Formats: sequence, structure tokens, C-alpha cells
Amino acid sequence: MLKKTPFHAIHQRIGGKLVEFAGFEMPVQYKGIKTEHAAVREAVGVFDVSHMGEFFVSGPYALDLVQKVTVNDASKLVPGKAQYSCMCYEDGGIVDDLIVYKLADEHYMLVVNGANVDKDFEWISSQNSMNAELVNRSDDYALLAVQGPKSANALQKLTDVDLSGIPFYGFTTGTFAGADMIISATGYTGEKGFELYFDVNTTDAEAIWNAIFEAGDTFGMEPCGLGARDTLRLEMGYALYGNDITAQTNPLEARLGWITKFDKGEFVGKNSLLKVKEEGKTRQMIGFIVEDQRSIPRNGYDILNDNGDKIGVVTSGTMSITLGKGIGMGYVELPYAADGTTIQIAIRKKTAAATVTKPPFIK
Amino acid sequence: MSTPADLKYTREHEWVKDNGDGTITVGITEFAQGELGDIVFVELEEVGFDFDKDETFGTVEAVKTVSELYAPVDGEITELNEALEDNPELVNEDPYGEGWMIKIKVSDASQLEDLLSADEYDDITS
Repeated sequence: MLKKTPFHAIHQRIGGKLVEFAGFEMPVQYKGIKTEHAAVREAVGVFDVSHMGEFFVSGPYALDLVQKVTVNDASKLVPGKAQYSCMCYEDGGIVDDLIVYKLADEHYMLVVNGANVDKDFEWISSQNSMNAELVNRSDDYALLAVQGPKSANALQKLTDVDLSGIPFYGFTTGTFAGADMIISATGYTGEKGFELYFDVNTTDAEAIWNAIFEAGDTFGMEPCGLGARDTLRLEMGYALYGNDITAQTNPLEARLGWITKFDKGEFVGKNSLLKVKEEGKTRQMIGFIVEDQRSIPRNGYDILNDNGDKIGVVTSGTMSITLGKGIGMGYVELPYAADGTTIQIAIRKKTAAATVTKPPFIK
Repeated sequence: MSTPADLKYTREHEWVKDNGDGTITVGITEFAQGELGDIVFVELEEVGFDFDKDETFGTVEAVKTVSELYAPVDGEITELNEALEDNPELVNEDPYGEGWMIKIKVSDASQLEDLLSADEYDDITS
């Protein structure tokens, strides 16, 4: 039995095409990916991402647990700040990527991928030797991502919080459309935008959706599905767990060295990652743009060198709606990872030349 | 959109129109275009390409996914819808009309009788 988000009836009513994702019935598109993608790049779009997981860690050992299971340095956070991070296994493979919110001293919220909620909660619980208070409230929380250059203008009339005053990866708790929420200046699209977390037990989720679309009416606001979420994140080169990062990849080869803080003290996976750092990586995640306009890379396609030898594999790919060209991410042997290197993507019976390009692919 | 009763269908979500002169016109169904979403380009084999039933004669690339096109019967391509070269979205907008893909000279007309009726096709997509 698939789970439903609190917006399920709305998705059905407004013509969302629903598919199974992460154990939920989720909208993959409404009017179409191109329309929705353009709305986010040029105006504002709203995504129901209530399948994401929310864990709360609290008490005197809260920071100890967060520091142990995540690779970024959560001790640097102050209340009202969030950070992108990931969790690793002892061997350095990635459990999941996540956002760590410091709600208050001794009080953190971890937001994890919907497909990984159960796995992640079991994993963190298994590492909780310090007995921090740890609660999985994923079923209690709805999450709407309102993304696009007009997001702050469209939403401002619904709250007294100064939305454009919230810095990127900052958040505040406040009243929004009459309900208590966490209003976070985060997202997965590369545009300015907000992620709104609220408790569905005390809030009428449909009323919030309706208030947002009423406020967005004159701003070209569109409901957006997982399809546009994927094309938007790929134009920015953001990793997707399950495709680009997995238990078989580590953060250093996944270009997540910038969130891996070896100087913060002990954390799970540190020794393995230090070994990778000392011995050197054998492969590297790359972004690439396909040169001709009639070739779209897809997950699982082989990456070849100019001699036709396999040097890696595509982990994500799509047609960039903005560029009108195929873009992708994947892993290649280290000598081919430099910006500007020409590689070949094997697409069915032919190969398409592509150029290694550090994301983001637009702007 | 209702499934046109005067066409025949395949389990691969293609429609077939018998032109009455030994050729058929082939495209993909409303259901198929809806599942694929925004189509970015349609790549077809050349005129003169001959194939057996179930061989691939082309590929449809949508933003989100890629899908092969399978020959509904044995035959040879006699014509391509060249409008799709510049306007692949015709397949989304008018799958049974302007979005047609190829015309095929049929090798064995008896194979046409194995295709599905509109009612039978509706049963597999409902």
C-alpha cells in the first residue's frame, strides 16, 4: 500500500500524474516538465516533497550524535542555520545526504531522502551509543518547496517574517498562512526559494496549499512534479542519492570533499576517507555536456574514451531544458576528470561526444 | 481523449492505420505520449529500412525517459513524418494525427489481423 501525502487529493484534482516514488504516490508532473521547469527558472513553482524524512535529535548528547553520523561540522551551526551534509558507513560509502538544521541548542532536525527514511533511522539509531533523544517524525511533517526568482515576492503577503531577509541555508520558525512553520531558505533547484515544514496534525495542509496558490496567482506560479525537480537539480549538478551517490561511492570521489571536515573530530567513515585522501582517488564524479543536440545521456550508459575503451558510467542524465542539450553526471577514471576533457557517451548503437564541465551547467 | 475506433493497436502502445493500399501508418497512442511526457526528439530509421515484426524502427526521447519503437508487422519504411524533425512536440499534441511517425509497406497482410481493437487496447491501459 503506497503512502499518500496530505496534498494527494489536490494532486488528483488538478491533474497531477501520480507515480510510485519512495513508497509514496507522488506527482511526477502536472502540465509537463518543460512548463514546470520554466516556471521555476523564470517565476515560481511549488513542489510537494512531503515524502522527505524529518528526524529530531535533542538533549545534551544531540550534537555528539549528529557529529558522529555526519561528515560536515555541525558544531559550526548556530540556531537558525542549516548545513548540507552526508552520512557514511565505516568503509566511507554514503548512507544518505541530508540537511542538518540547528533549531536551538541541543535541538537538531535532520532532513533525509524519502526513499531512505527507514534505512537512515535504523542506521542513526544503531550509532546512538550516547543515547541522544532521537525521534522519526517523517509521517507528521509535510514539506512544500516553493522555488523560483519570484518566490519571496509571491509568498511575502502570507507572513510577517521578512522572507528575502533569510540568508541561503538560513531558516526561521514563524507563522505562515496562519500556521506555525519552519521557513527555510533552501532548495534543490538552484533558484532562490523556500522550504516550508509544518506538522500535519495541527495544520490544515490543503488550506496552506490553497493560500500559497492564491498568493502566487499573479506571479505565474505552477505546481511542479518530481520530473521538473530532476531536470532542475541536474542543471545545477546536485547529486541524487541512489543515482550519483550510493553506498558504493564515497564523498571524496563524489565531489563532496567540501562538506567532509576531517578536522572536526571523529565521525563514522573518517578513517576510510582519510585513506582515500592519502592514497588518492581512482575515479571522480564529473559533469558533462553533450555536444550534439540529439543525444540524451541516461543513467547506466557507458562513458568511453576516444579509443572506445570504457572509462566510466553515467549516473544521471537528461535534456537540459534551459540549454536544449544533453547534460549528465557520472564517474570516470581520474585521468579523464579534468574540465574540458572530451569523452564519449555510448547511446544505444552510437556514441556522442561530450565535454567534461564542472556544474552548474547554467549561469 | 477516446481511443479512435477505426485504428488498430499494439501492446507496445502504437496505433496502426490501414491505408487500404498495402501500406499502414504508425504512431504512438495518447496513453503512450502521456506516459512519456514532453518529447524532445524522435529518431527514426531511413526510408527503405526493412524489418520483421517487433524489431525496433526508432526511438522516442522524452525529457524524462527514452522509449524504443517496435515494428507492428513485417515490412519496409516508405515514408517518414519529416515534420517531427523540427516539431517533435506534435507527438504530444496530436498523437493520432500530425504526430504520426512512419508509413510501412506491409509484407504479410495477415499480421494486421493480430493487432488489437480499440476496446482491447483500452483494456490493457485501464
